[in-house]
Amino acid sequence: MTRLIVGETCHEIASPPGKRLSEVLRDELNLKSVKVGCDAGDCGACTVLVDGAQVCACLTPVAQVDGRTIETVETAEPDLAAKLQAAFLDHGAAQCGICTPGMMMAALELLRSNPEPSRQEVEVALGGVLCRCTGYAKIVDAVAGLAPRAARANGHAVGMPIRRLDGQPKVDGSEQFGADVGPADALLVRAIRSPHFHAVFEFGDLEAWTSTAQVTVLTANDIPGVNRFGVIPPLADQPALAERTARYLGEAVALVVGPAETVEPLDLATFPITWEPCEHAVTEAEGPIAPLLHNSRPGNVLIKGRVATGDPDAALGEAAHVAEASFQTSYVEHAYIEPEAGVAWMEGDTLVIHACTQAPIMDRDDTATILGLPPEKVRIVPTAAGGGFGAKLDLSVQPLVGLATMVTGKPCRMVYTRNESMRASTKRHPGTMHAKIGADAQGRVTGMVFDGDFNTGAYASWGPTVATRVPVHASGPYRTPNYRAEARAIHTHGPVAGAFRGFGVPQAAIMQELLYDDLAQKSGLDRLAFRRLNAFQDGDKTPSGQTLASVGMLECLDALKPYWERALDDAARHPDGPTRRGVGIASCWYGCGNTALPNPSTIRLGITPDGRLRLHQGATDIGQGSNTVIAQIAADALGVPVDIFELIGPDTGITPDCGKTSASRQTYITGRAAEAAGKALRAEILRHTNFSDEAQLSFDAGTLTARENGKTQTIDLGALNAHGYALMAEETYDPPTTELDADGQGTPYALYGFGAQIAEVEVDMALGTTRVLKMTAAHDVGRAINPLLAEGQIEGGIAQGLGLALMEEFLPGRTENLHDYLIPTVGDMPEITSILIEKPDPEGPMGAKGLGEHVLIPTAPSILNAIRHATGARLTKAPALPHRVLAAIEEAALEEKPTTYSDAHLTSDAGGVDGP
Amino acid sequence: MDSMTERDLYHRPTTLADALAVLSETPLRVAAGCTDLFPATERKVLPGPILDITAIEELRGIETGPDGYAIGATTTWSDIVDADLPPAFDGLKLAAREVGARQIQARGTLAGNLCNASPAADGVPPLLTLDAAVELQSAQGMRRVPLSDFIKGPRKTDLRSDELVTHTHIPSHTIDGDGFFLKLGARKYLVISIAMTAARIVVEDGIVKDAALAIGACSPVATRLPEAEAALVGAPVDPMRITREMIVHHLSPIDDMRADAGYRHKTALELLRRTLSPLAQGRAA
Repeated sequence: MTRLIVGETCHEIASPPGKRLSEVLRDELNLKSVKVGCDAGDCGACTVLVDGAQVCACLTPVAQVDGRTIETVETAEPDLAAKLQAAFLDHGAAQCGICTPGMMMAALELLRSNPEPSRQEVEVALGGVLCRCTGYAKIVDAVAGLAPRAARANGHAVGMPIRRLDGQPKVDGSEQFGADVGPADALLVRAIRSPHFHAVFEFGDLEAWTSTAQVTVLTANDIPGVNRFGVIPPLADQPALAERTARYLGEAVALVVGPAETVEPLDLATFPITWEPCEHAVTEAEGPIAPLLHNSRPGNVLIKGRVATGDPDAALGEAAHVAEASFQTSYVEHAYIEPEAGVAWMEGDTLVIHACTQAPIMDRDDTATILGLPPEKVRIVPTAAGGGFGAKLDLSVQPLVGLATMVTGKPCRMVYTRNESMRASTKRHPGTMHAKIGADAQGRVTGMVFDGDFNTGAYASWGPTVATRVPVHASGPYRTPNYRAEARAIHTHGPVAGAFRGFGVPQAAIMQELLYDDLAQKSGLDRLAFRRLNAFQDGDKTPSGQTLASVGMLECLDALKPYWERALDDAARHPDGPTRRGVGIASCWYGCGNTALPNPSTIRLGITPDGRLRLHQGATDIGQGSNTVIAQIAADALGVPVDIFELIGPDTGITPDCGKTSASRQTYITGRAAEAAGKALRAEILRHTNFSDEAQLSFDAGTLTARENGKTQTIDLGALNAHGYALMAEETYDPPTTELDADGQGTPYALYGFGAQIAEVEVDMALGTTRVLKMTAAHDVGRAINPLLAEGQIEGGIAQGLGLALMEEFLPGRTENLHDYLIPTVGDMPEITSILIEKPDPEGPMGAKGLGEHVLIPTAPSILNAIRHATGARLTKAPALPHRVLAAIEEAALEEKPTTYSDAHLTSDAGGVDGP
Repeated sequence: MDSMTERDLYHRPTTLADALAVLSETPLRVAAGCTDLFPATERKVLPGPILDITAIEELRGIETGPDGYAIGATTTWSDIVDADLPPAFDGLKLAAREVGARQIQARGTLAGNLCNASPAADGVPPLLTLDAAVELQSAQGMRRVPLSDFIKGPRKTDLRSDELVTHTHIPSHTIDGDGFFLKLGARKYLVISIAMTAARIVVEDGIVKDAALAIGACSPVATRLPEAEAALVGAPVDPMRITREMIVHHLSPIDDMRADAGYRHKTALELLRRTLSPLAQGRAA
């Protein structure tokens, strides 16, 4: 027996002495705040205190804590924990919430010995816990005890930095993620996955192995429906379990199902399967000449996207200044801290699946197709998602646990290991891009051509979206009258590349913004001024021929101008030495919602006969804040306080479809539906009164009352309407877009968001290492529904953009863990200043625009441009790892004509034309 | 597999004698901080058979004696950071602060770092500058092997299957002077080194009397740099006395996902010189 002291209680544990403490705490003491993100000490999600010291519970054999005191979020001293929880909520320090318990335990260790820590001390204490959502800034603020940021809604909810409405479970450890739900005795599902990029396989004696191992084995032959799925139905090409051929490293080919105590320790290397490796390609350059992955796609080209207008070749021919370059980006891993997980069981003849996801209705429909069920016989109940960023739009465990449950008749659970998650989930597309941009003598951009090959991996996933979004956006938010952009999604035997915050636009922005620095120099213009000269304004046409309204680009650039001048001045004053400083700027635009396709959201509001107000909020909140933002919009539209809603989540059994959480669409599209539903319910309520729209509504003790001009009327909630509600409203909004023609002309999006960021960096000239000192971000959000959450999006997007720029390079087969694949830690993040610009868009709810993806787009190009400003180094590949930066610095030193900048400095002595 | 069997496969003796007795009967995987053992498996239970040495009181902590310092095998990085040690150990302390982050430092042990024999083991270069030796015990007896001989190559050591590393020994003749350490990585915390360098300098009357320099992650095993050390002796601390020629033949870096070999070649000298700079700027005066 091992004795653990938890809280006031001494628990006797019969587990094997070598069992991970994390598993003991979760399984045997039901302390589910202890999250498992990597099982390797790389992420810190399982951080607990042992005799007051923070340790990774996943690295601790339970025998070693015999007789010692263990603290978790649930059991740590209540007063300090409550104070910290409040601070996390008041600062917006928890987004998805998966890292929150580990962060809080690391913070508790510090705060006990040091109640008023400096930011530096906080960083050291939290250095071992990774967060993929927040960019760490608000976590550090919360732990360092800064004054609270959140405010209470006062009259109106929209525009107020209120706490997240779903925040409490995230900070007290009770939030249920994919691995936290379901019966303890659920059968465990593990997958047999391909160890080869491309291989033909054959099963051996499955029957013999099954009977020895005492498990059930499932293969593609057991799939009752159509073994093909894909987010874009006409291009569905991915099997839930591969049939005879595995097309990427880590593709699932069979499932092993049985009691957890049997399946968990099984050595899957003994599984009877023979592999015959085949020729494979993993880069977009090799793809077109590799064996065909899908016979209907010659040259392994999944799809081409194109936008063309005017005569770009002639414009470039006549241009006074031309800049041309190529750039390459890498596979980037989403690296959410929660590996994919879920559980399924039967309720009558309905298959119920609880799993982390960004797209419940799509999951339902694809899972139903695979399992040969009508969609209404599959119910998807999203658990909390411990980060998503695009990769949880695609199916993961859903059809696998569903199949296992259908075959065994028992509840079945599956939890990906970190390695499995990194192998099997989608990635950001690597891109090989080439572009040429021309400007006239005054520095006005006259034409651009762009060409990009994007490695889409083995299956379609969101490759088509990348191939269409990139040509629409590759001009950047700048007037480009003559334009031709083409993008191809190329199949390879690499990981499936899918959706990742920005759908290819962040890659294209690097290419374009790099050339804008060249053109600013050639035109003799300050780099911000050059961008301002060319920035979209109201009434301008996009390369797709769409006339824009409500463009906040000038406002963003103007807001950045004082920061820009100060930053240039600081960089110029930095003494020459082993490090040099540089400043870079880049902009973004991004269309919100699906590209030229319908993507409606429906919001239902209902009042129960006992006077409770329910909001069916179908926009999956993966941390970005839709549970809060949609409620804020609905509250103001209905005219009630935001905290009286009962939130009903995106359970496909009871909540209408709000589409997927992607394409920065939820605030805008679901927000519009919420605004409409709120207004409709208000009208419905007032129809029962003789009051005008000025009336005040209030819910008190189960009674709905309307007041106007001193008169009061109580609304009768006795009569039942639809869906068990006394009063109900349901409204749908679908953005008005049009199809694009062969030249990409049309209205791909009904609304765009805009922004720009400044990066200030310090580069070590001898080691090639880069430290980002400060980021200043101005984003036109139309209307900041919740400024605190909007800032959180900006800071988190910058963290991911910084990773893309400096350290993130997923190498299939080599970096499938969180110590070889690096994402930024708290120590890598700069100070961030966020500036929210509000130029309302009449199409957005109360003027609001999307933000979630926009924020990542300018970060990498501004950092890369800053590195160049500091050193002259012109990177041709991201990430800018130290060895690449150093090589580029050396190359720049050999150039005959060093880079000269015409940036406007604040002080006259640093002004004029000067190199860094 | 039932838990009784697992229990039989997991030994956690409280005395060194018991541990050595078990080890003399059957080869076991020795476990202490488990910061390398657990990442090597996806299982919930550490695959055995295991000899867990963390309950052996005499293996924890740092002792000083007439012949130097003995760092017990289960001494953690945090223990080293917190210990009262002479300035010669500053390089080791700096390395301890750079291993993973606090959670790892609280569990990971110095001896485990040596036995794991990673070319990027952060503890090795500073220990090399301290002329560390590894104390190995078996039921047959004790032997002391210089660290430079103990690590044979990537993941290879001189440890016999019936032996246990009980202490890392720092001889008294090397506890003079000041130590320093630099780690080069692509991010701040939780990062495996691209390269790291350690230095220990003894200065008397402004003149270097003794110098020890080591570099890691640039060859299969971290290594001392005798020519560079010799170049420093007899003059004021001057990083520029070290030249590429003095170190290049000690380096045989590889290309990996962290950096290419050429980069490690280029930066090794710079990193080494920078390791000396704080010592040159008066700390050693």
